[in-house]
Amino acid sequence: MARKLPRKDAVIIGLGWTGSILAHELCAAGLDVVALERGPWRDTATDFPISYAQDELRYRLQHELFLRPAQMSVTFRNNASQTALPVRNWGAFMLGNGAGGAGVHWNAETWRFLPSDFVMRSHYTQRYGADFLPPDMTIQDWGVTYDDLEPFYDEFEYLCGTSGQAGNLNGAIQPGGNPFEGARSRPYPTPAMKQGYGHALYAKAAQELGYKPFPQPSGNLSRSYTNPLGVTLGQCTYCGFCEWFGCANYSKASPQTTILPVLLRMPNFEARTECEVLRIDLDGSRTRATGVTYVDSSGVEFEQPADLVILCAFALFNVQLLLLSGVGTPYDPNTGSGQIGRNFTHQTVSTALGFFDKAKFNFNPFVSAGAIGMCVDEFNGDNFDHAPVGFVGGGYLGQVQTNGRPIETTAVPPGTPAWGSKWKQALRDNYLSTINAGSAVHGSFQSYRDVYLDLDPTYKDRFGRPLVRLTIDFHDNELKMSAFLTDKYAEILERMGAKQVVKKPRKGPYDVTQYQTSHLCGGAIMGTNPGNSALNVYLQSWDVPNLFVQGASAFPQNAGYNPTGTVGALAYWSAAAIRSRYLKNPGPLVHA
Amino acid sequence: MSQLNRRRLLCSSALLLLLCNAAARASIIKGGLPWKPGSADPPTPVTPGGWHYFTAQEGATVEAFVDRLIPADELTAGGRDLGCAVFIDRQLAAPYGRSEGFYMSGPFQKGTKQQGPQSPDTPAQRYRKALAALDEACRGKFGGKTFAQLPNQQKDEVIAGLENGSLQLTGTDGEEFFKLILKDTQNGFLADPIYGGNKDMAAWKMIGFPGARYDYRDWIDRHNQRIALSPVGINAHPDWSQ
Repeated sequence: MARKLPRKDAVIIGLGWTGSILAHELCAAGLDVVALERGPWRDTATDFPISYAQDELRYRLQHELFLRPAQMSVTFRNNASQTALPVRNWGAFMLGNGAGGAGVHWNAETWRFLPSDFVMRSHYTQRYGADFLPPDMTIQDWGVTYDDLEPFYDEFEYLCGTSGQAGNLNGAIQPGGNPFEGARSRPYPTPAMKQGYGHALYAKAAQELGYKPFPQPSGNLSRSYTNPLGVTLGQCTYCGFCEWFGCANYSKASPQTTILPVLLRMPNFEARTECEVLRIDLDGSRTRATGVTYVDSSGVEFEQPADLVILCAFALFNVQLLLLSGVGTPYDPNTGSGQIGRNFTHQTVSTALGFFDKAKFNFNPFVSAGAIGMCVDEFNGDNFDHAPVGFVGGGYLGQVQTNGRPIETTAVPPGTPAWGSKWKQALRDNYLSTINAGSAVHGSFQSYRDVYLDLDPTYKDRFGRPLVRLTIDFHDNELKMSAFLTDKYAEILERMGAKQVVKKPRKGPYDVTQYQTSHLCGGAIMGTNPGNSALNVYLQSWDVPNLFVQGASAFPQNAGYNPTGTVGALAYWSAAAIRSRYLKNPGPLVHA
Repeated sequence: MSQLNRRRLLCSSALLLLLCNAAARASIIKGGLPWKPGSADPPTPVTPGGWHYFTAQEGATVEAFVDRLIPADELTAGGRDLGCAVFIDRQLAAPYGRSEGFYMSGPFQKGTKQQGPQSPDTPAQRYRKALAALDEACRGKFGGKTFAQLPNQQKDEVIAGLENGSLQLTGTDGEEFFKLILKDTQNGFLADPIYGGNKDMAAWKMIGFPGARYDYRDWIDRHNQRIALSPVGINAHPDWSQ
């Protein structure tokens, strides 16, 4: 029997990026807020100090900062004819845990989606005709526009101190920036990062081929910065131990370096760590959340009543909790009915290796950062004519190599023996002169009828609750796109002067052991009415109006960019609606 | 109470509060960032000497194996002298060896390649099984000699046979074991020496990786220039005295 605790105005599930943003916004509005985080408290000096943060084995190989599958995992199958099996150790994606969530160890690549990304179905239909979209592709318009979100992209970027070069300032294209980006109202808060030799040479080659390269927008700061909350970040040192690792310099934007120092001092905020929410509690009508039930680290159950519930777990676990709690109707791929679990997507990434003459090229790959790099956007979104290529979507092509960590980044040419003296020689001969950017080709992933999330019938977590089941495979559209984009990227490497380019386009079937970004999206999507979405445009549940569901689970399909910038923008947009309208008059914000 | 005292009180109590029930445990964090001295968690350096997991026979086999995967040549000493077997031994005695943190609930069933490993066997168990099976296979094929007793050329033949699947091991998958021991050996070769391998940062010196350094702001603009910085480990630098 769960012990009932004193009521709070709001309970927030998960203290990652969106949990921290929503907690701060609601506390600033005067609410009494508790955040429940199933992982541990984390901070720089205790968890990633400069004396031992730079440990490839511990953090990159053995995943110490991540969620452990023993605590919570997922099951996976390519299609419904297979039995889904547990992901026993992470591979295709890495899931965050603890205070700060994945914000602690992300790359900090901080992009905006394109204006056309938000109106994909109507845009493609208008330009290419309805028949251009495959019949089982379930992409849809978001219900918000880029213009709606622009002030909130700005707010997230200024929270983080994002380093970049504006490409479009209020309609005026700026040299050195992304000429394709949606108009921004003001420059980035800090200048773009410096680039290494390999990144700069790529930009030169891209320019010679007629592209317009620009620096990747980066949450590894080019210089020290104090954000509007009064929290100060340090300057990135190009240490090369960025993604998968915590930052010892306070120079990577994370909840710890941007919000938590202020949030934790607010008297109306409380964090409870190592507390796992078992379910969102609903009243008898199942249209109102009464709070949540959670269990602490010794197994004692508590009921936390609250007037407002904000679900801020990672996308997969948002959907799992909604299903476990009976919010909305589970998606049925056979009938197409039900909104919870549908339009699940990932990212279509690929790369090409570039081997160069070591006598002429020294890239010093270890001088790098998580969001460094030079990119071209000519083949993203609908920035190019899709009619001749016959696929939907696109992605940026970036020489975004982040590191020279030896276990991860000692690539050898094809045909090199896997062991012995010849292997050692190949390592020695190629380490300093190879371009090896894991997610260089960063392509979109459209949504499909047969790619979805639901609850596994067999495998359980340590509390006996069903794991979330991923049914996901690549469709021809994504594989065709990947081949096209990878060819274009390889051309630029060739132009750089590589002596050998090894193309690695994405091939099916979807493999849960191969890392391909952690950009899992969808499953609780936003939209214009309850017939096409789980949430309205403010991320408010259509079924349970005092429940808001943050994060990339709201994306109806995934664009050709890293999602966190858009996740942050949506969190601020949602928070603004809660503060200015919902709190004054609790109830549905949209009547569809 | 003055503002200053009140703030001090809040900060000092902003930490680990226990709920009323002695059995219940959570960290309730309120009023400030938690701070507890001595709560960092640096890695424990591996000290060589003895085996923590392997039997003497297993240790000898693994030493012989890593010394062929990474042979002594003009580039570096061999894998044994570089500590790769010690690295593997210490790893198998640690959470890695126990698959700690993995999802290890059943039912266990074989799936597709894309669904990843589904065996209940931990790395420690796999090594134990495979090393025994390896010696059994060698004794059968080479007139009673164990792997470690073979001349180098025959050792290399055995390794190649595991690699391409032509040499089968009884009761365990030889190809999968080859992949496992190759990965662990190369990890030991290239990881920070604090874990027992990569002795004197030999691998890092070979490739030109400066190790656990953390500030390259003076170097980011120096394109195509050799950075002649000797490698640094988490607890080691060539110039530090013992």
